[in-house]
Amino acid sequence: MNYHWDWGVFFKSTGIGHEIYLDWFITGLGWTVAVAMVAWVIALILGSVLGVMRTLPNKTLSGVAGGYVALFRNVPLLVQLFLWYFLVPDFLPESLQVWFKQDLKPATSAYISVVVCLGLFTAARVCEQVRTGIEALPKGQSNAAYAMGFTLPQVYRHVLLPQAFRIIIPPMTSEFLNVFKNSSVASLIGLMELLAQTKQTAEFSANLFEAFTLATVIYFVLNMSLMKLMGWVENRVRVPGLIGSTGK
Amino acid sequence: MKVRTQLIGAAVIGALVTAPAMAAELTGTLKKIKESGVIVLGNRDASIPFSYLANDPQKPIGYSVDLANKVAEAVKKELKMPNLQVRYNLVTSQTRIPLVQNGTVDLECGSTTNNLERQKQVDFSVGIFEIGTRLLTAKNSGVKDFPDLKGKNVVTTAGTTSERLLKAMNVEKSLGMNIISAKDHGESFLMLESGRAAAFMMDDALLYGEMAKAKNPAGWVVTGKPQSFEIYGCMLRKGDPQFKKVVDDALKATYKSGEINKIYAKWFESPVPPKGLNLKFPMSDVYKKLVTNPTDKPAE
Amino acid sequence: MMDFSQIIPALPALTDGMLLTLRLLGLSVVGGVVLGTLLALARLSDRRVLSGLAKFYVNYFRSIPLLLVISWFYLVVPLIYNWLTGSFEPVGAFTSCLVAFVMFEAAYYAEIVRAGIQAIPKGQVNAAYALGMGYGQAMRLIVLPQAFRKMTPLFLQQSIILFQDTSLVYAVGLLDFLNTARSKGDIVGLPHEFLIFAGAVYFVISFGATLLVKRLQKRFAV
Repeated sequence: MNYHWDWGVFFKSTGIGHEIYLDWFITGLGWTVAVAMVAWVIALILGSVLGVMRTLPNKTLSGVAGGYVALFRNVPLLVQLFLWYFLVPDFLPESLQVWFKQDLKPATSAYISVVVCLGLFTAARVCEQVRTGIEALPKGQSNAAYAMGFTLPQVYRHVLLPQAFRIIIPPMTSEFLNVFKNSSVASLIGLMELLAQTKQTAEFSANLFEAFTLATVIYFVLNMSLMKLMGWVENRVRVPGLIGSTGK
Repeated sequence: MKVRTQLIGAAVIGALVTAPAMAAELTGTLKKIKESGVIVLGNRDASIPFSYLANDPQKPIGYSVDLANKVAEAVKKELKMPNLQVRYNLVTSQTRIPLVQNGTVDLECGSTTNNLERQKQVDFSVGIFEIGTRLLTAKNSGVKDFPDLKGKNVVTTAGTTSERLLKAMNVEKSLGMNIISAKDHGESFLMLESGRAAAFMMDDALLYGEMAKAKNPAGWVVTGKPQSFEIYGCMLRKGDPQFKKVVDDALKATYKSGEINKIYAKWFESPVPPKGLNLKFPMSDVYKKLVTNPTDKPAE
Repeated sequence: MMDFSQIIPALPALTDGMLLTLRLLGLSVVGGVVLGTLLALARLSDRRVLSGLAKFYVNYFRSIPLLLVISWFYLVVPLIYNWLTGSFEPVGAFTSCLVAFVMFEAAYYAEIVRAGIQAIPKGQVNAAYALGMGYGQAMRLIVLPQAFRKMTPLFLQQSIILFQDTSLVYAVGLLDFLNTARSKGDIVGLPHEFLIFAGAVYFVISFGATLLVKRLQKRFAV
């Protein structure tokens, strides 16, 4: 056995400038959070629009949303990422291509690809949740609203969506957490997020057990904290009168 | 009297030293190979022409693969196991050391530099090649040497000595380069070819190998003053003298018999798959010295 | 501009890659469902320690990325094995990935099984106890057969996700379908064409399977 245990490795110099290994982890965590948050915002907005489209009486609109979901849910995330990163930029107009590939920092162009990829990928999942939420509401509610003279947009804005969003918080929480976990695929196109920094630390310091342990702890704590946060949100906005709301 | 005790002492030491070899009790990797009936060789997917996948993904080819197979033959003889199974396990620059350490791979002959840093983790065979770390760039890019890279995007492969050199150089000389660490040489070249990076820093022989694969090989050039000279070796687990001897002996025999010249010519001076391009990379003087006087020391 | 002709000579290799993907998928589903069922039973058991451990297991694996789990089992676990036993077990990339997928997916299957079991009316279990059955018998003969019937569509959906997730073995260089396509595309200098082809194949299989599951779901729902 030739393994040199060293839990203090995170405070040692990386040999690159004045950085210590802990700095790499902090930078990595920063990228992970930056990817996940922006991708989530894209997913939430686009996914909600698509989810509403899927429940509309208009066949074309619901068909488009359905097609989107089928496409983005049935191609592996990694393939989608490679497509966004390696292939799509080559189809941009010449000037945009130069800007994207050469003027932007490599980390920025990789970041844009990951965020777009993860945002669109997750939007398909959010769409399905929103649709399920809307369809779970009793038909009587929208009928009553129409009877009161509400227009279609009004029914969605005042009756369906406020309730749907609240009942789908638990499944949305797990999609939110998935974005953080899925952001680790960015390591495979060279974005130095948490997992990539972990691998680099393992390689530079030769202390791979310590490096992977720290990464696991960070992901675990991050996940648990987000779960607690979402649990709090869920409690705050619960729909009164439903079975779930009487608990605690 | 004194002479006699010295003689006895020498005899005892001699017996101690030769005893393990005489008893031929297997330890370490050889024992593992004997028991499992398999030797696992680490291979690369795009270290052209050292170790790469061309037509059959299950069967890597290349200069280092040929040498690894020489070792595998020697192991078969040593263990008297003519039917020993040879299995390949794909490694990357970043995973090769852990995989040798953790027992997944028994011997990695690819394009791995032998240096003191890595010797703390693994052992190396006698040297199998000698390279300089340089740049690959488009002929019309205007990049002639490392100082020209100031403020530019430069790609290198994660887990290589070039990555460390480049990152350290960037800070020390405040070049302000944006460094991309790609997963393997194939991906690094893709970054270069698609215009994301102005240059690709790597071992010169590998850069010629990447050129051979390009859509238009004539559009690329290897340039720049070498930032380091490095000797490649085959990696094996640390502290396993028995296996190391078999590996070293097999390589030395190949050097001594002159067979190495044929293997060299096959990969560096003849057309190689997949495109049938000739790398035209003649033997350097350092390489010739390495073959006449094999050593497992890193380059100076 | 695009040249797909080079895919034809690569088809034998791509088929091998797909076979590896499917083998990995099949074994992972079987292993994951078995381990997941055991975890669900542990989680629902009256023994605090057992259910606590199962809960921790599920939470643990659900909070870390699959890519990290794969790296653990490929790079670190064999090292730990060596520290414990002093010997080396040449398991290789396939087995490492398989174990990683089984351990990871079990956490997800466990939640499906747990929900399935909890959906069975308690009266049935009580009736089984009244008939003199033990916990194991009641589970094996009464609860699980029904629960599995209800859960089959969910199992299949999870397995379709797993089919796509197997592509992550790219990270450790296992030559599955995606990695074979990438490697082939790289060597002939046509990475885009091979990537599009790979994406299309994944889509056709995955989408086809989804449609099948939906049909099945309708039949099971009755």
